[in-house]
Amino acid sequence: MFESLFSGFDTDSVFDEFRRLENEMVQLFGHSPWPAGIRAVGRGTFPPLNVGATPERVDVYLFAANLEPKSLDLSIQQNLLTVSGTRNVEVNEKAQYYRRERFDGEFRRVITLPDDVDPERVEAKYRDGVLQITIQRHESARPRQINVN
Amino acid sequence: MATQNVARGGSTAVDKEGGESSTAVESRTREKDVVLIPAVDIFEDAHQIMVKAEMPGVSKEGLNVQADRNSLTIEGDVALDLPTGMSALYADLRSTKYRRSFTLSGELETAQIAASLKDGLLTVRIPKRVEFRTRKIKVEVP
Repeated sequence: MFESLFSGFDTDSVFDEFRRLENEMVQLFGHSPWPAGIRAVGRGTFPPLNVGATPERVDVYLFAANLEPKSLDLSIQQNLLTVSGTRNVEVNEKAQYYRRERFDGEFRRVITLPDDVDPERVEAKYRDGVLQITIQRHESARPRQINVN
Repeated sequence: MATQNVARGGSTAVDKEGGESSTAVESRTREKDVVLIPAVDIFEDAHQIMVKAEMPGVSKEGLNVQADRNSLTIEGDVALDLPTGMSALYADLRSTKYRRSFTLSGELETAQIAASLKDGLLTVRIPKRVEFRTRKIKVEVP
């Protein structure tokens, strides 16, 4: 009985792309077996970030809503990426506040990237409150297919 | 407990059809357990209560704001631009879903709630019923 109920959804090819995306989301957000880095910081640090990698590139996602992109300062030195900036939360002086949990002020995060990134080829974009920084990796470090003659 | 069994039954059924879809079903059930709690500012003035919630990564399509007489629930799904075959090196965020609920009280005009989303910041405005708005009382000095 359950067979038909569930297979109806999961064999539908329309959902294949969603499933792939979902798997990759789980990958990116999943439980990382890597130990914490020396520059890792405790929970609750602003902004939280995720780092994902493919053989071609490394992507850093910083989750920071309502930023002024002009206030951001991004720099990369070898494989060390530094993101700093300021976020100002406007305060309504006349209102009575019940909760103030949103981060207000200056922030700075330092991210250690894999050794083979190319600091010359970095792109950044800001969309829906996520700053995505894409760093290409050196060609020489990518896995290559070797033909046997 | 019962729902878990159903989900597992579903994934085995899919297995027979082939493919890696069983992991998709399982991850969907697992993801439900971990929910991100958006940071909020809540403040009130004479006319309304405002809720400002941080939901970076959520677009208008992924957002769900629900209100009834007694509660307000904000929900959002994170959608990111991911290259194919990405694996995680580091993750502060361990889920792709935001959810938070608040109870509302009777003096609020829940039918008139308005929400807007910009750069991952959700603003919800809950007006007070007219009869409950604070009025300045003038003291007449004879």
